[in-house]
Amino acid sequence: MSQHRALVAYCPDWPVVVSGHPPSMEVAVLHANRVVATSPAARVAGVRPGTRRREAQAVCPDLVVLQRDVVAEARSWEPVVAAIEEMAPGVEVLQPGQLALGSRGPSRYFGGDTALAAKVAGLVDAAVNGAPSGPDGASGSDDVAGGAPGRGAWAGCCLVGVADGLFAAGLAALSSSPGHPLVVPLGATAAFLAPRSMKVLTSAGLQALLEAGGQETAALVDLLGRLGIRTMGDFAALPPAAVLSRFGLAGSTAHRLARGLGERVVKGRAPVPDWVVAAELDPPADQLQAAVFVGRALAEEVHERLAGSGLVCTRLAVQAETEHGVVLRRSWRHDGALSAVAIGERVRWQLEGWALANKVGEGPGPSQTVEAAQAGRVTRIALVPEEVRPDDGRQLGFWGSDAGAESRASRAMARVQSMLGPESVLTGALQGGRDYLEQVLLVPWGEPRVPSRLGPAQPGTTGPPPGRRPRGAGKAPKDGPPPWPGRIPGAAPAVVNRKPVAARLLDGEGTPVAVDSRGLLGAEPALLALGPGGRPQPVTGWAGPWPLEERWWERGGRRRARVQVTTADGRAYLLAREHRDWWVEATYD
Amino acid sequence: MLAAVGRGRAAALRDWPVPGALLARDRSLPVAEQMAGLFPERALRRGSTVVVGRSRPGATSVALSLLSGPSAAGSWCGVVGAPDLGLVAAAQLGVELSRLALVPVPGERWPVVTAALLEGMDVVLVRPAGPVRPADARKLEARASERGTVLAVLSDAWPGAADVRLDVGEGGWHGIQGGAGFLVGRELEVVSTGRGAASRPRRARLTFGSGTSRVRARRAEP
Repeated sequence: MSQHRALVAYCPDWPVVVSGHPPSMEVAVLHANRVVATSPAARVAGVRPGTRRREAQAVCPDLVVLQRDVVAEARSWEPVVAAIEEMAPGVEVLQPGQLALGSRGPSRYFGGDTALAAKVAGLVDAAVNGAPSGPDGASGSDDVAGGAPGRGAWAGCCLVGVADGLFAAGLAALSSSPGHPLVVPLGATAAFLAPRSMKVLTSAGLQALLEAGGQETAALVDLLGRLGIRTMGDFAALPPAAVLSRFGLAGSTAHRLARGLGERVVKGRAPVPDWVVAAELDPPADQLQAAVFVGRALAEEVHERLAGSGLVCTRLAVQAETEHGVVLRRSWRHDGALSAVAIGERVRWQLEGWALANKVGEGPGPSQTVEAAQAGRVTRIALVPEEVRPDDGRQLGFWGSDAGAESRASRAMARVQSMLGPESVLTGALQGGRDYLEQVLLVPWGEPRVPSRLGPAQPGTTGPPPGRRPRGAGKAPKDGPPPWPGRIPGAAPAVVNRKPVAARLLDGEGTPVAVDSRGLLGAEPALLALGPGGRPQPVTGWAGPWPLEERWWERGGRRRARVQVTTADGRAYLLAREHRDWWVEATYD
Repeated sequence: MLAAVGRGRAAALRDWPVPGALLARDRSLPVAEQMAGLFPERALRRGSTVVVGRSRPGATSVALSLLSGPSAAGSWCGVVGAPDLGLVAAAQLGVELSRLALVPVPGERWPVVTAALLEGMDVVLVRPAGPVRPADARKLEARASERGTVLAVLSDAWPGAADVRLDVGEGGWHGIQGGAGFLVGRELEVVSTGRGAASRPRRARLTFGSGTSRVRARRAEP
C-alpha cells in the first residue's frame, strides 16, 4: 500500500489571530456560546475550548469575548495559502487556519521533510505577521498586516507536522510545538500513532481531516473506551474484518487511520481556470460593425472553450475599452445557459447600445450619459464569464409549450436590457406580505425569482378580514404558508403608489379624521381631497380601519391604519394614516 | 362507415395540441369572455391597436383584463411605463406574472422600447408618460401590424388611428358600506368604438373581483 507523504500546517489560534488582538491579551472566540479558540494568555489563565462563556469569564474575569467570524477567517487565510502556493502547488485548504500539502515533491526539492516543514512554518509566519522573509512570502502579506494591526507578535503561531497520510500529519502538527515542526519518519507512522489515545479522533484540530461525521466518531470512541480499547495501538491490533463487522463503516475508517493507512490523499485545489477571451482592435474600430464582428468571433470562442470543459455560462460580462481608456462593462445574466448565438447577440446589443448612447448623447440613465460623454472608439473587447456551471442540458416541455414564443420574448427583453440596463426589465412574482407593495417581488429579467417571504399565492378574496376572525376559527395549517395578518382581503388595487401621495380625509364639519390609539376612526369620513390643494370629493363609502404595526420592536418599524374609501366620482382609494397624516397608498383604478 | 371514421379522426386531429398548428390557424388572440362582446371578432385581432381611455376610473383594470385573456392562454405580455401597476391586481384579474415583462421607467426612449417588445411579445401595453408624437404612434402601429402583435395603449390622447377604442363609462363598487365590509368587486360599463367593423359602438358590463367571477379567459373559436 503506497502511502502519501503529507504536510499539515495548523494555526490553532487562527480565530484569535484574525480578530487582531495580540497574544498577550486574554481573548476567547465563541461560537454557539462555546469557546472555540483562545489566545495563549487566556490559555495560561485557564480558559479551555469547549467551555461556556460564563464559565470562561468566571475563570478569567478580564477575558475579551468575541463572536466567531468564519468569513473573515477564510478571507484572511487566503493570502497565507497563496504564499504557500507560490512555493509548491497542490495546496488543500482544510479549514481557515489549516492547510495540507502533498510533501513528496517539495521536500525533495527543498532538501528533506524537516527543511520543508521549517520553510512552510516560516512562510506562514511571514504571511501572518506581515514581515516578508523573502520573495516567496511577500505576496498578500501586506493585506494581512494592513488588515489588522497588532499581529506582529503572532510569530510561531503555526504548527507543522509531516507524516505518511493526511491524518497522521495533522496529528503530528497538533503534537508539535511552535518553532519545532514534528516530522514522523517514513514508515514510522503506525509506531507514532500507537501510543496516542483514541480521543484524538474527536479533537477539534483534526475534524477537517476526517470524512466521518463528528458525532458518529465520538460515539465510536466512547464505545471503544468502554470496551477497554483506549489507544490507537490497541485498536490497530484488532483484525480489520472483525472491526468492520462489529463497528461498521465508520469503525473501519477509524481502524485504517489507527493502523496508519491514509484515509485519503491531499487533493490540492485546482487552479482557477481563466475563461476570459479578449481581442485587441488595432487600429481602433471606426465602424460599429467591425467591433460587432470581432465580438461575435469572441462569443464563438468563449462558448467553444466552455463547452470543451462541459460548462455553460450563466452570467457573462461584456467589457469594452475605448481609446480614451474608458472601460465599459456590463454583466448579463441568464437563468438558462447562454449559447454561442445568444452571447453574440448580447455583445452586439451591448456595443450598439453604447454606440447609440455615444452618438445621441442622451442616454436614459445618468450613468450612461457619463459613459457616452467619455467613450471613444473601441480598442479592446473582452468577454468575461462570471458564472459558469456544469452543462446539464435543458429539457423542453413535451406538449404544448411554445418554446419559440418564450425565446422570442426573451430576445425582446434582452434587447431592452441592452438599451436601458439590466435593471430596466422586470418580472414579478407574488410573495407573502402585508401591504400591496410587499406582496410583489420584482426582479430584473433573467435573475432567479425566489420569493424572500412565504405566503399564499394570492390574497384570499372571500371570507372576513383576518383581523376580525374569531379566535381559532381559521387557523392556517402548521406547515402551510404564514397567514400575514393585517392583509386587506378582496379586490386588489390596480395602481399602487411607489411613494404615497398626501391626502386629506375630512369629516362632516371639515376637520381631519383621526385614528385613535385603539385603531378606530374618530369620526365618519365625509370628504376626501388628494394632494395639498385638491378639490374635496364627497365620500360615498368607507371600510376599515385595518391597523398595521410592523417591526415595532426595532428601528424602521411602521405603524399605520388603513382605510378603503370610495368617492362620488366613482373612484376608490386605499388610504393610510401614518405620522398623523393621511396618505394614498393605492388607487383601485 | 369509412367516412365516419375519417370524421372522427379529423376531429381528433383538430383537438391535437400542436402549438405550431395553433399559431398558424389563429389570426387572433383570445380575450376574456366578458370582454368578447366589445370586439367585432369576439377576440383580439393580431396586429391591431386597442386604446383604453384613461379619463374615467377603472381604465387600468380594463387594460389589465385585456391582457388576461392572451396571458392565460400562454402568450407573453409586456407593459411599458406604469411603474405603479399593481401586480397583485393583475394576478387576480388572470394575468400570468411569469409571462409578464415590465419596463416601468422607459424614459424618453419609450417608443424604441415598445418597438423592441413588439418584436417578441403577443400583447404590449403602453402607458406613455407625456404627449405622444404622431409619427411615433404611426410607427408603433405599423410595427404591431407587421409583427402580428396587439398594441394596447392606456392613454387619452393617442394620435394614431386605433382599431378599437375602449372607454369606461359608469361603474360601481360593492362590498363596502359605512365603515363595514371591504371592497369585494366592481362593475364597469365599457363602450367600444373604432374603425371598420368596430365602428358600430358596442357596450358591455364588466364585473371584476367579487371572489367568484374572476375574469376568465376563453379560447377563441377557430
